[in-house]
Amino acid sequence: MSRSFIEVSQLAKRFPGPKDGQPLTVFENADFTIKRGEFVCIIGHSGCGKSTIMNILAGLDEPTEGGIIMDGKEISGPSLERGVVFQNYSLLPWLSALKNVMFGVRARHPQWTRAQVYEHSQKFLGLVGLTGGAEHRKPAQLSGGMRQRVSIARAFAIQPKLLLLDEPFGALDALTRGTIQDELTRIWSSSEQTVFMITHDVDEAILLADRILLMTNGPYARIAESVVVDIPRPRQRGEIIHDPGYYKIRNHLVDFLTNRSKKLSGSQSDGSTNSPITVRPALDEVQSDGRPTSPRPLVSVAV
Amino acid sequence: MSPASRSSAGSDAMAIADNLKAVLLSVLMLVATLGIWELATPNSQSSGELSEYELMTGGGGQQARVPPPSAVIEKAVSELSKPFYDNGPNDKGIGIQIGYSLYRVLTGYFLAALVAIPIGFLIGMSPLMYKALDPFIQVLRPISPLAWMPLALFIIQDSQASAIFVIFICSIWPMLINTAFGVAGVRKDWVNVARTHQLSPLKTAFLVILPAAAPTIVTGMRISIGIAWLVIVAAEMLVGGTGIGYYVWNEWNNLDLTSVIFSILMIGVVGMLLDAAFGQLQKAVRFQE
Repeated sequence: MSRSFIEVSQLAKRFPGPKDGQPLTVFENADFTIKRGEFVCIIGHSGCGKSTIMNILAGLDEPTEGGIIMDGKEISGPSLERGVVFQNYSLLPWLSALKNVMFGVRARHPQWTRAQVYEHSQKFLGLVGLTGGAEHRKPAQLSGGMRQRVSIARAFAIQPKLLLLDEPFGALDALTRGTIQDELTRIWSSSEQTVFMITHDVDEAILLADRILLMTNGPYARIAESVVVDIPRPRQRGEIIHDPGYYKIRNHLVDFLTNRSKKLSGSQSDGSTNSPITVRPALDEVQSDGRPTSPRPLVSVAV
Repeated sequence: MSPASRSSAGSDAMAIADNLKAVLLSVLMLVATLGIWELATPNSQSSGELSEYELMTGGGGQQARVPPPSAVIEKAVSELSKPFYDNGPNDKGIGIQIGYSLYRVLTGYFLAALVAIPIGFLIGMSPLMYKALDPFIQVLRPISPLAWMPLALFIIQDSQASAIFVIFICSIWPMLINTAFGVAGVRKDWVNVARTHQLSPLKTAFLVILPAAAPTIVTGMRISIGIAWLVIVAAEMLVGGTGIGYYVWNEWNNLDLTSVIFSILMIGVVGMLLDAAFGQLQKAVRFQE
């Protein structure tokens, strides 16, 4: 394939600064690509503009500079081609779980009969394990985990080309988070859905992602590295930690988030290193202190 | 039985007991008030047949007296047993009078809803329209609805329609302001859900914004119907002819205080029923976040 499924080029978001001042740059020179069927996570500290990038991908926000091409077409405005799962679930509280999913399905397939919409919605609620009466409850009567399941079912049910997940498990307790992560992996692997996900959780990113984008701190945040997770699938939560590459990747990510994200922040790039350098910690030699010998770029993702 | 269910059953039983106590207390207060009222009203010295004059002046006393509750109850029973009789312009059953009032209130009220809810939507959706219309709303809102009456009578040249107009103008504000407030306060997340599902503006308005704002809108509608029912009595006293407000004033002119008290109570009962109906509607559109 000559072109990637999604090409993000020269994306920047700036807000007008105080009077006569420099505009406030949240992030700039964001360049990356996503392949079809790929699961990409993005990690960075709060305020680096992850959510803004996601909102631009969703079409809910507009970039100050740059643009995104998906499947050969430029993204402008929201579309059913891109499904979104928000951190706060964003279910309509006056509708039952089932009707929330049906709301999405009906928007996607306006020509379907009620029975078709119902059947399709039930199928996806079944995939996330919400059946046997629970689907008729209102969101307020569901636990946080169940609400997020409904939200995931709604997003998968419209079968978008790109699924956007904005810290979907951020508000859940660790146990529930694990179960829903497993469910997400299961649904994803059977659907070959392209997923772009924001997370704060390093372990979650390694478990789920094919590739992890690392953002430096804002302002002037940028996507510094693209870390390839070289751990074979299917991955199991219990077994993945025994993979020889696991801690190499984990240490690399933690090192980036605790040390280098700060060092790299605020530095306006010279323009030549727009694309994030690709790092494969699992294949690198690792020193005793856990740092890779060099974050050497194996493959430069050229546009 | 688990401790939890036992305690919940216990609290249920306590709630029932509390309700029963409240009902008993209400009945007690009613009986006490009526008893004191009855005893405080001297019996009319009805020694034999009263002349027409004596009947009109309350049993021939020098002063008209407030009738005892027994007389009011008697009146209520006789009026409510044949509420729809019609013996000409000055003698209609209470049902007919209330019917006229309700007709005016509901007509004016629904016309107001037809205007207030769409405009409220517009104001709620557009900060520009909000700013543009706000000065008009702020000036028009505090005007007593009855102040419009002379102008309405002059322009419309019809007392019936003028009364409806007065109801229209007084119902419009709470609905308008609450609709605007409710629509402006719809959570951005829900609007984003509509946007990511590519809903048309019309579908967004009906499928997302309307249900999200419905509790606030219905609260405004409930306030409006209450105000409309308050205002119709005064309006009908002015325009005359028919209606419960006219009935009160007419019976005052007839010096029939029994009917005056009876109709006051009827105004209260109908107002309560109207409010309860909108209370039910409020319950139906309420949702928990």
